[in-house]
Amino acid sequence: MSDFTVWLIIAVAKVIVVMVVLLTVVAYLSWFERKIVAHIQSRWGPERVGPHGLIQPLADGAKFLFKEDPTPEGVDRFVYFFAPFLALSLAMTTIAVMPLGPQVRIFGHDIWLSVVESDLSLLVVFAITALSVYGVALAGWASNNKYSLLGGLRSTAQMLSYELSLTMSVVGIVLMTNPNTLSLRGIVEAQRGTATLPGASHWFVFPQILGFVCFFISAVAETNRSPFDLAEGEQELVGGFHTEYASFKFAMFFMAEYAAMVTASFMISVLFFGGYLSPFPETQAFHWTFYLPAAMALIGGVLLVPHGLRYHTALGRVLLPVMGLALIGVGIVCALSGVIGIIQGPFWLAAKVFVVLFIYVWLRSTLPRIRYDQLMAFGWKFLLPVSLANVVATSLLVALRMNR
Amino acid sequence: MPLASYAVVLSAILFGLGALGFVFKRNIITIFMSIELMLNAVNLSFVAFSRMRHLLEGQVFVFFVIVVASAEAAVGMAIIMQVARNRQSLNIERIDLLKL
Amino acid sequence: MTVELILFLLLAVVAVGGAINLIAQTHPIHSALSLIVVMVALAGIYLLLGAELLAMVQIIVYAGAIMVLFVFIIMLLNAGKEERTAISRAATYLGVPCGVLLTAVLGWRMAMSQPGPLAPGADTEGMSRELSTLLFTRYVFPFELTSILILVAILGVVVLAKREM
Repeated sequence: MSDFTVWLIIAVAKVIVVMVVLLTVVAYLSWFERKIVAHIQSRWGPERVGPHGLIQPLADGAKFLFKEDPTPEGVDRFVYFFAPFLALSLAMTTIAVMPLGPQVRIFGHDIWLSVVESDLSLLVVFAITALSVYGVALAGWASNNKYSLLGGLRSTAQMLSYELSLTMSVVGIVLMTNPNTLSLRGIVEAQRGTATLPGASHWFVFPQILGFVCFFISAVAETNRSPFDLAEGEQELVGGFHTEYASFKFAMFFMAEYAAMVTASFMISVLFFGGYLSPFPETQAFHWTFYLPAAMALIGGVLLVPHGLRYHTALGRVLLPVMGLALIGVGIVCALSGVIGIIQGPFWLAAKVFVVLFIYVWLRSTLPRIRYDQLMAFGWKFLLPVSLANVVATSLLVALRMNR
Repeated sequence: MPLASYAVVLSAILFGLGALGFVFKRNIITIFMSIELMLNAVNLSFVAFSRMRHLLEGQVFVFFVIVVASAEAAVGMAIIMQVARNRQSLNIERIDLLKL
Repeated sequence: MTVELILFLLLAVVAVGGAINLIAQTHPIHSALSLIVVMVALAGIYLLLGAELLAMVQIIVYAGAIMVLFVFIIMLLNAGKEERTAISRAATYLGVPCGVLLTAVLGWRMAMSQPGPLAPGADTEGMSRELSTLLFTRYVFPFELTSILILVAILGVVVLAKREM
């Protein structure tokens, strides 16, 4: 097997794994959001379609596939068909440069756990974010509908304004890395710190708390999520830029929004919370933390099996115990000596991304929508000066520390 | 460095196409976009020559060209908006006289 | 035929196709989309030529902000399809041969050009770092001047575009 074949197989395997995981996460994120919003609002959420509503995303997907897909009259055909495709493909591409784990050794080959290794991965993410504005703008325009056009223009202006403070908040992070890299992996490695202190004390969220707040708010506004979702809220402009889009194209916008949410969560975890690094110290005394993924999977599986066996529907009595047994199997595999080193990085990254996604959904169900002029005033008159002040303060402190 | 010399020829082709668009399109905004295409072609030739001669000054200049192009695009768009408001048309044949 | 050359040919075909589409389309929004395609293809060519930071700046600033401004204005002003008048036909029949002649002369001269002597300097490793160092040490004065230029442009746009209250 020549070098090139090995490299090709590894690359294709990485792409397949990442794509499958991303698509599943995007689909089940809708279930997750509906359940959490429902429980915060004291109701159940999806419960009937499969045990605990777990088949709901599959049912929604089937609905989107079989529903009628009308094309309104007078639309610009090429742009109308192109816009959701553009939005979805751009939203799914940023995961390629995210560092999912340190360098590992599988079957004797050294593999970097990320699909693409780039020296400028931070800028790649911002480039793709800048291009994803087009999906919204073109969708609003192509629909031959005044309300869609207004919604699309408003959404475009909102995304452009918050992109500025998004990129400014990250300059502080780049200043704090020691050999000053623009690659996301370099930023994660700069948060590694010494082995005796807890890993969490070196994360960039503590020195860069202002940058974190600015980045988080800008990311929520950039992905058009509540409380900044004026352009697409149902009570506002009908559906905003996706009013005229029916089943499958609407599903593409829907998935693009969730994929953008996942991307923003990845960015927040990588930039501020140490990415794939563990929050515990890397000493021998804390070696038991290596068994945490296996322990969590095992406990989850052991709790799920009896709960499933006593579930009230027949499908639940079959499906939930099977899922429980699968979780127990995963837990046992994660405790094996070969796998335990590899699973650490992705596990911690997944945990942090999950927490950030939960905060996103929490925000959506709690805060009221912000009016458009308040939104634009906040972005230009408050967030942008605060991010700039963060850049100035960080560069001053870094320069003073360097001089000493 | 054959790649850079091919890039220079590509830049000439793009510049010619931009000049063509500038000359015979009638919509102001499309003319403006042809100007941006010419600027991009020039940027490409700067990068290609900076690669051929192993100098980084070419790329520095491209930076400045991008910044100036963005400032010019912003002001140009504001002017176009005012002109369109006044003359109710974006066709340059209706805008080329001072008298309405 | 190295991989680089094949990639370059692909991107060059996309760029020229986008440029021809820019001229051939009647509706300005299609021309704007073709220009975005040209810019992204050019960013790819910059990557092939070793200018990584410039490629990213091209996508973030040019294709991601300036072209959004163009698209925004086209949508706002509701620009329609172009009309073909007598003057535009004359311009086409006279202009296309001249344009082709200009392109041919330019292309031939540039292909025949000998590059100057190789300047002594480092090659590709860490080019972004060296580019930024150059920008902030030797060329910091033009850099600050461009920031004043942008400030002036912002002021000009605000004055030009606001309605009389």
